[in-house]
Amino acid sequence: MAQVNQIKIAQPKLSIKIRRLLFDNSVPLLFIVICLAGVYFSKLPLVFILNTLLSRITRNSFLVLALVIPVIAGLGLNFGIVIGAMAGQFAIIIVTHYKIAGFPGFLMCLLLATPIAILFGIITAMLLNRTKGQEMITSMIAGFFANGVYQFILLFLVGTLIPIKNPDLVLSRGIGIRNTIDLATETGLKYALDNVFKYPLFNVLVAISIALLIGLCMDYYLKRKKGYEGIDNFKFITQIIIMAFVLGVSLYIIMTGSILRTVKLPILTSLFIAALWSFNELVMKTKLGQDFRTVGHDMEIAKISGINIERTRIIAMVISTVFAAWGQIIFLQNIGTLSTYGSHVQIATFSIAAILLGGASVTKATSGQAILGIILFHTLFIVSPKAGNNLFGDAQIGEFFRAFISYGVIGVALGLHAWNKRIQAMRKRLEIV
Amino acid sequence: MIELIKKYINNIGLPRLIITLLFIGICVTAIIIGLPVGLLASDVIRRFGMFGVLALAMVPAIQCGTGPNFALPIGIICGLLGSLMTIEFGLTSPVLGYGFISAVLISLPFAIISGWLYGILLNKIKGSEMLVATYTGFSIVSFLQIGWVTLPFTHPEMRWPIGKGLRVTVSLESTFGGVLNRLWGINVGGVYIPTGLLLFFIGCCWLVWLFSRSKSGIEMITAGANPKFAAAAGINVDKNRIIGTILSTIIGAIGIIVYSLSFGFLQLYLAPLYMAFPAVAAVLIGGASTSKVKISHVIIGTFLFQGLLTVALPVANQMFPEGNLSEVLRMIVQNGIILYALTKMGGES
Repeated sequence: MAQVNQIKIAQPKLSIKIRRLLFDNSVPLLFIVICLAGVYFSKLPLVFILNTLLSRITRNSFLVLALVIPVIAGLGLNFGIVIGAMAGQFAIIIVTHYKIAGFPGFLMCLLLATPIAILFGIITAMLLNRTKGQEMITSMIAGFFANGVYQFILLFLVGTLIPIKNPDLVLSRGIGIRNTIDLATETGLKYALDNVFKYPLFNVLVAISIALLIGLCMDYYLKRKKGYEGIDNFKFITQIIIMAFVLGVSLYIIMTGSILRTVKLPILTSLFIAALWSFNELVMKTKLGQDFRTVGHDMEIAKISGINIERTRIIAMVISTVFAAWGQIIFLQNIGTLSTYGSHVQIATFSIAAILLGGASVTKATSGQAILGIILFHTLFIVSPKAGNNLFGDAQIGEFFRAFISYGVIGVALGLHAWNKRIQAMRKRLEIV
Repeated sequence: MIELIKKYINNIGLPRLIITLLFIGICVTAIIIGLPVGLLASDVIRRFGMFGVLALAMVPAIQCGTGPNFALPIGIICGLLGSLMTIEFGLTSPVLGYGFISAVLISLPFAIISGWLYGILLNKIKGSEMLVATYTGFSIVSFLQIGWVTLPFTHPEMRWPIGKGLRVTVSLESTFGGVLNRLWGINVGGVYIPTGLLLFFIGCCWLVWLFSRSKSGIEMITAGANPKFAAAAGINVDKNRIIGTILSTIIGAIGIIVYSLSFGFLQLYLAPLYMAFPAVAAVLIGGASTSKVKISHVIIGTFLFQGLLTVALPVANQMFPEGNLSEVLRMIVQNGIILYALTKMGGES
């Protein structure tokens, strides 16, 4: 019976489907329009936008993807990725101190950051387990608190309790880590991952889109042949059109020899991101992933079905914190300077705003939304000062606008979520009565 | 014996005890390393009066059941608007308290309207007030950044001499800066007592206390403490939550005017962004929880928290001349106490 229902739901009319698609994705669609308008009014050269955007996407994706699992596990948007970022920065300071350069240094960073991040993740998760229902505000305040402890350790314990005597790292008085640490030195980490292997973006896009086109067609053909009933023609055609479009544009750019051809993609970084993306997808197919989903959906049901709620939530937080630490390392190896007391402060706000722009909510998030969100958020970031300048004669206004967007979109999303939760609770109560 | 001590500690509250001990410890250190006690004491008293009204804004919010008002920046923005308009229109005659009274009066309608709107919002999102409040505050502050650049203020003291928009800090020296501090100010053995400022703060506390004793105040507290019981008794819970929010916003507006007046500057742009957190921390240190608060909590908490920060600054500077140890201490104490209160809140209600 259930199967029959499912098939019926899966095949409504095309017009309804399009309408639903537009409605479900109203937030990303709105911001696509805003971004396109911004790109138009900024009058920035396309190659500049694309280059900046590409480096911003590759450096930020990992952090945003780290947000997905806590959302599924019902912990909401994890403002605590700041704490993971701190773990990453601890590791970077250690590696810079021992002057391990390049790619081995980068791997060493990941290795060192992992145990620290696991510890931080467990502590945060234990805190969140004591404040069920208020996880997001708790993780946010926990981030602020951890920032205080972080500063205390790096400013006052280094040089007094922790014996580091490295003039490149420690302030001239011998106590405390410097405000900025240059990673672009010969023994530094700058581009340790990005520069391992770079390849022109559009050639890669051609290869990927061809591969995907073939894959999609084969998949469709096989399903047809087997007489599989749940074939989604609409989805298939949309995917084909998108892929063909990407292929066409890329080929056009390569053929015409436009300057866009020079845009290069750091392959290894992209592979890292792809690996995390597939991890997020694959883990949902395991028993653990199902537990995440059940706990996130309804803790009562999870309890009845014998899932250890506290443990599941701790695992979700640990995963997120570790990925945040790795993400911060990837982020900083691209930036090239570690601002010891500032690099991590805003990443939660920016990452969360990005995933929300991509169409995620407090209870639903996918890796695809995360990536789409990053593209939109950072396009906005790149073009808004210039667009503000051209439209209002003041670059400041554009900058303030994007600050407002990042806070505002989080505020609206949280408000809508809380409202929804309340309405559902009221409905439940009415049903019981 | 151990039971007795436990009961005693429970009575005082663990955070209040820790902060008190820390405060006493730092005061003793200050005396030992020979810092000027008179100056420090004057500073503590000034900061106490300066910050008190902002912390007081938490009282109606907690009483009406919406929890600590993390959206205090809404009230702050209203107060700033009032002050800016006072300077713009030149309403700074001595009769108007050099602008203080006019700033309060002008900010009132703004605070009432925005408090009312915000109260309606809070009624729609019962159960997640604190988080939504925080981000409402953040959004309003970042939105008003655009406002400070584009609003048509013309007074040369407030605008950048060249370029667009208002200055980041607007000096109040020629208007109402320090008015309350100077009012009946006296010097007692090297300690300056800003009588006017303290009286104003105590007066505000007294008014809020008076309100909580009135019929509508008791109604509001009942609605906050036990909404179901209140609804059964015929009290309109939602309306009372709005009243509490409006009151909190108004006190926040007055609070920032008093704060700026004593500080000597109006701080625009990003300055109000995190201002709610120290105010929340102050009442929590004083012994309040996210659902219960007394006026005494405000007075004790503000004194302890601001006193601690004021004394810690020179002491920390003596020990570590570089690096801002007192700022780090503020972050740890302030956010630690909020976290503690959150864990005490219990699970989903």
